[in-house]
Amino acid sequence: MNPSSARALGIDIGSTTTKLCAVDGHGRRVWHAIEATEPRIQDQVRRLLQRARGDGVPAGLDLLATGYGRKLVPEARAALTEIGCHARGVHRELGHGGTLIDIGGQDTKVIAVGDEGKVQNFAMNDKCAAGTGRFLEVTAARLQVPLDEMARLALAAPEEVSISSTCTVFAESEIVSLIARGAEVAAIVRGLLRALARRVGALARSAGVRPPLLLSGGVARNEAVRRLLSEELALPATLPAEPQLMGAYGAALAALELQSQPPAGQSGGSPS
Amino acid sequence: MNPLSSIAYRLNVDLIGRAVLRLERLRGERALRRHGDRPGPLSPPLACSPRLKELISRHYLRGRYASGHRPVAWVTSGGPIEHLQALGYFLIYPENHGAVCGIRRLAQDLCQAAEEAGFSRDICSYARTDIGSVLSGKTPVGRLPRPDLLVCCTNICQTVLYWYQVLAHHFRVPLVLIDTPFLYRPAQPHAVAYVRRQIEEAIPVMERVARRTLAPARLERVLVESKEAVELWMRVLERGKARPSPILAFDEFIHMAPIVEMRGEEDTTAYYRVLLAELDRRVAAGVGALRQEQRRLIWDNLPIWYRVRPLSEHLASRGVALVASSYTNAWGELAPLMDPRQPLDSLARVYLHPILNRSTGDKLRTLAQMVREYQAHGVLLHSDRSCKPYSVGQMDQRERLGRELSVPALLLEADHNDPRSFSEEPAAARLDAFLEMVLS
Repeated sequence: MNPSSARALGIDIGSTTTKLCAVDGHGRRVWHAIEATEPRIQDQVRRLLQRARGDGVPAGLDLLATGYGRKLVPEARAALTEIGCHARGVHRELGHGGTLIDIGGQDTKVIAVGDEGKVQNFAMNDKCAAGTGRFLEVTAARLQVPLDEMARLALAAPEEVSISSTCTVFAESEIVSLIARGAEVAAIVRGLLRALARRVGALARSAGVRPPLLLSGGVARNEAVRRLLSEELALPATLPAEPQLMGAYGAALAALELQSQPPAGQSGGSPS
Repeated sequence: MNPLSSIAYRLNVDLIGRAVLRLERLRGERALRRHGDRPGPLSPPLACSPRLKELISRHYLRGRYASGHRPVAWVTSGGPIEHLQALGYFLIYPENHGAVCGIRRLAQDLCQAAEEAGFSRDICSYARTDIGSVLSGKTPVGRLPRPDLLVCCTNICQTVLYWYQVLAHHFRVPLVLIDTPFLYRPAQPHAVAYVRRQIEEAIPVMERVARRTLAPARLERVLVESKEAVELWMRVLERGKARPSPILAFDEFIHMAPIVEMRGEEDTTAYYRVLLAELDRRVAAGVGALRQEQRRLIWDNLPIWYRVRPLSEHLASRGVALVASSYTNAWGELAPLMDPRQPLDSLARVYLHPILNRSTGDKLRTLAQMVREYQAHGVLLHSDRSCKPYSVGQMDQRERLGRELSVPALLLEADHNDPRSFSEEPAAARLDAFLEMVLS
């Protein structure tokens, strides 16, 4: 990976993390960075771009923005939603379409990705944080378990308690009463991950699941979630090497495509 | 009738009001001619828009001075009004007034006023807007006339039943209830007879409150006028089938006010003739509501009243035209059922058949037919927190539109009048992703 060979950039400003990715002229990832999203998005983008240049990424490359903060990047040539970008990134990475489940910080998306990497249909969680990364963050904090420890604890748990609530707020109070009744932390963690997998599974089924099952987004790094989701949908799950980066990667690929189009062909860009 | 009220009405409405509103229309028309054609993705507004404004303003001006001069009835949007019109009632539709409050961004305050009086936030935001307006006296239209009679028809939802009981209790006036059995299958004769009998039984109450006797010839005239207006409205909507479409559903949301509130009146029929002629001129000249129409979508459910303009501009910026909606269609699709020679039977059929009183399968068939006839590339299903009867079944409708017609549909969560139930960013993320998909 040689950052100096970068030809386009993609930035994915999510509700929880911000990802910047550079690709070379063949669409291969040559550099990336992941940071927690800061309140001053424009300052953070500027700093991340400087960091990229510091690492050898050439200046002045075309940048395409995605994620919740996509409209706040004046440096971007265009903006696309993360749904199209995740589809594009995962398709390029794995070489085929399927049903892509992207579990992000505050959104869960089920995307039907066609064989050419185009979005054929999608469904998103309703406007609450149930079944998203935020659910895990809040419940992990309540249990005083580091986020990265959740998967190991859950997979090693000899038993599992049933968590009936998928609502992030109500799950917290359920945890309090389970702890008070003496339930094991590991069993609670496994129950929480099961609740998340059920919620996401229901969303996927409502949109229709066409194998293969693909995963992306930060939560996909959690092995226990992957395993429980596979169980829930009775399908093996395929994961790209950097699931969290797929939105930024797809954005960078889209920026690369824009370069081969005349300026009038910026139809993929969001003027809003 | 109070002679002083009648003098005030004649003076303020028929003399001063008519002249002032006419002058405002002429000014509006001149401004449109001079400055209407602005750069941007949208074509100039329809030239008849100032006439519409005049019509609606005159309606609410009449309402302002109606008490004591004319009997006043408050009616649900699907309520049978032809007998009331024939008896000379002035009609207020709290739902339409609610929409005006929504557009003027007053609805949230009014909803909160109702909530402070103990009404739950889970109740329809039209009901809360209306009750809040009644309790606080606030309205963007000057003053609403107190009702002498309430007419509630359950063909749109069951909430109206309880809402109108609250109004009846508050105003201490008679409440006429027309109960319409839900149609899981085509209407059976006993259902038609049941609704017909309720309308028959309502007539003496309407006469007693109005202190007038219903003249059959007058009823027939109202029915003829009402049927013509509804037929004209349907033809207005059908102009959206042209490519490019000369009118957007966003325009229809505003231009529908007379067909809901003033059908049966001559001015309404005259207005829709003017609107239709203008649309025909646009179609003949190949002029669309968007300068460059790339894709065509259909809207399902009520509008998001406090977001009509931003949403319209957002779609227009992508070249996406909203060419029809099941909501505006609901006021036109029943025209063939109206028969002025058989007033009671035909009205019973009309008021049994609104889209919200028909099965979800029937609603899907209506949507599917609209998709085909309007050559739509997708459907926006507004999942309206306040209108459960309209929103139920939308998940299946989305899935079946995709499976059976290969037409993608988006569920857009919002509320027609309460902005607190609308999350801008998540909604924008979903809408933008859908537009990217439809445009690719």
